[in-house]
Amino acid sequence: MVTTAPTRLVYQRPTTLSDTPNSYCPGCTHGVAHRLVAEVLDEMDVRGRTIGVAPVGCSVFAYNYFDFDFVEAAHGRAPAMATGIKRVLPDRIVFTYQGDGDMASIGMGEIMHAAGRGENITVIFINNAIYGMTGGQMAPTTLPGQKTTSSPTGRDVEVAGFPLHMAELLSNMEGSGYVVRRSLHDPKNIRLAKKAIHTAFEAQVRGLGFSMVELLSSCPTNWGLTPKDALTWIEERMVPVYPLGDYKVSPSLANLRF
Amino acid sequence: MAEAAIRAGVEAYFGYPITPQTELLEWMAARMPELGRTFLQAESEVAAINMVYGAACTGARVMSSSSSPGVSLMMEGISYIAGTELPVVLVDVVRGGPGLGNIAPSQGDYYQIVKGGGHGDYFPIVLAPSNVQEAIDLMVLSFDLAEKYRSLVFVMADGNVGQIMEPAELPPFQPLKTQFPEWSVRGAENREKHILSSIYIKPEDEEVTNYRLLERWHAIESNELRYKEYFLDDAEIVVIGFGTAGRVAFSAVRAARAQGIRVGLLRPITLRPFPSAQIAELSKTAKALLVVEMNSGQMLDDVQLAVAGRAPVDFYGRMGGMVPYQDEILAEIVRMAGEDIPLEGDPRRRWAQRVNYGRNGK
Repeated sequence: MVTTAPTRLVYQRPTTLSDTPNSYCPGCTHGVAHRLVAEVLDEMDVRGRTIGVAPVGCSVFAYNYFDFDFVEAAHGRAPAMATGIKRVLPDRIVFTYQGDGDMASIGMGEIMHAAGRGENITVIFINNAIYGMTGGQMAPTTLPGQKTTSSPTGRDVEVAGFPLHMAELLSNMEGSGYVVRRSLHDPKNIRLAKKAIHTAFEAQVRGLGFSMVELLSSCPTNWGLTPKDALTWIEERMVPVYPLGDYKVSPSLANLRF
Repeated sequence: MAEAAIRAGVEAYFGYPITPQTELLEWMAARMPELGRTFLQAESEVAAINMVYGAACTGARVMSSSSSPGVSLMMEGISYIAGTELPVVLVDVVRGGPGLGNIAPSQGDYYQIVKGGGHGDYFPIVLAPSNVQEAIDLMVLSFDLAEKYRSLVFVMADGNVGQIMEPAELPPFQPLKTQFPEWSVRGAENREKHILSSIYIKPEDEEVTNYRLLERWHAIESNELRYKEYFLDDAEIVVIGFGTAGRVAFSAVRAARAQGIRVGLLRPITLRPFPSAQIAELSKTAKALLVVEMNSGQMLDDVQLAVAGRAPVDFYGRMGGMVPYQDEILAEIVRMAGEDIPLEGDPRRRWAQRVNYGRNGK
């Protein structure tokens, strides 16, 4: 007599992540970040009232990879576009997904004022210290000395200035309810990142103002590293410059556990 | 104009202060919240237009307003809105320029607004009121046109229309929309997702979109042309002017009629679509045409294209925020009635030399 253990499903594609081949390079952590967002939205069961705002950059086609309503913003303007949607539909969950060039360079005005207003939106910020889509130019978050195609001898702070620390900056805005930095370089940190994303969306549901999760991410292609070495580079090079941690947590979120 | 938009059911307004349209923003700041609608002062015109962009994606009636330098800043978002095929109403209260210029009435944004202004292939509807009543009526119309054609609609007023006070009747209150278009992004409850984007990464797909925009534009051209004719039945001299220039020209035409000069006025209300066919028809019988503008002759180009050399065209303009007096236009009409205007040559250059590039004094 043959007996089989009952099957138990332990892993599947989140329903809010569409079954679409994506355009990301092998080893890029955009895929991880997308999946975390989708898992959280699944767990919150909010597909029908979530609206995403895609940026310009590698994740410009993010709207193809999620399965809920999405709009596509001009470069850097996603927080303004999200503001327009959220103000008209305040009971929807509105989030932007932006890279470092989009949010911290050309979109600096929009992000700072969205936070300053306490705009009740969530921002997923991918910091990979480089412009990915255009082929590896210097970003506002490029590390001092880091070689890119537009800083070929390494970022010279005398000429190109210093990296911008967005979590720290945005946490200083009175309108911010939840601002943290996490990393996607290993399973433990990925799990912590998911909890942070869940908390950020929960902050929005509770009307606690602006929420942002900065995710240190890899760009093996433009860093010229293997996927594995790129994750090590995050841990060894980026984390010391961009310390992980909670920069602003509204007191009413303090005891939340996911 | 603000109250007219409110009565037309505008649900959200995003704007940034700039003279001479700030009264519109201030009216919205007071009225929209008391009606439970959205007013937000953005950190810049760049942000304001992108807030409008987002809000328009929900299918709600939305608008912004600005003046020339602010509209320049909005041009990026305007192109995206056009590319995403969203109904949006924008008011440009035009001021003197280029650059910071001044806050006086001008029509110097004709090229920018009428020809598009932003990047890429698109066609905005452009309405040009010449008095307060018309500004009110066109505001209401603009929302209907925007939604009918999923189009950008500009109401291009000059600083004079934006600042003047005169009696006018406001429209009745329309209820806010409760039904939203099939394409709107409001959350994918019990349906497939909607994506609103101006990206068509494959040139083949972008071309399909460009053709769709063009076909829609041709329908607008066929259905939505608006202009006013005054004393044109027997006119030998045809004056063409819009907005405040058209209004002053009307007074000059009446004064010339009192002197026995057979002169009439065509006042375009839609600058785009433009009454080219009507002007072409007039050019077959007119002795000459006079274009009057508060710029250096921008609509003049479109009139000359319509006339196509069939009749002489002259131009008279004031620039820099200066408004022509009735007597200045009257003097042009009297001059044209008494002399032969050459068919050849450049009307803009003739005018500039006639007024000695402004050195003659006014």
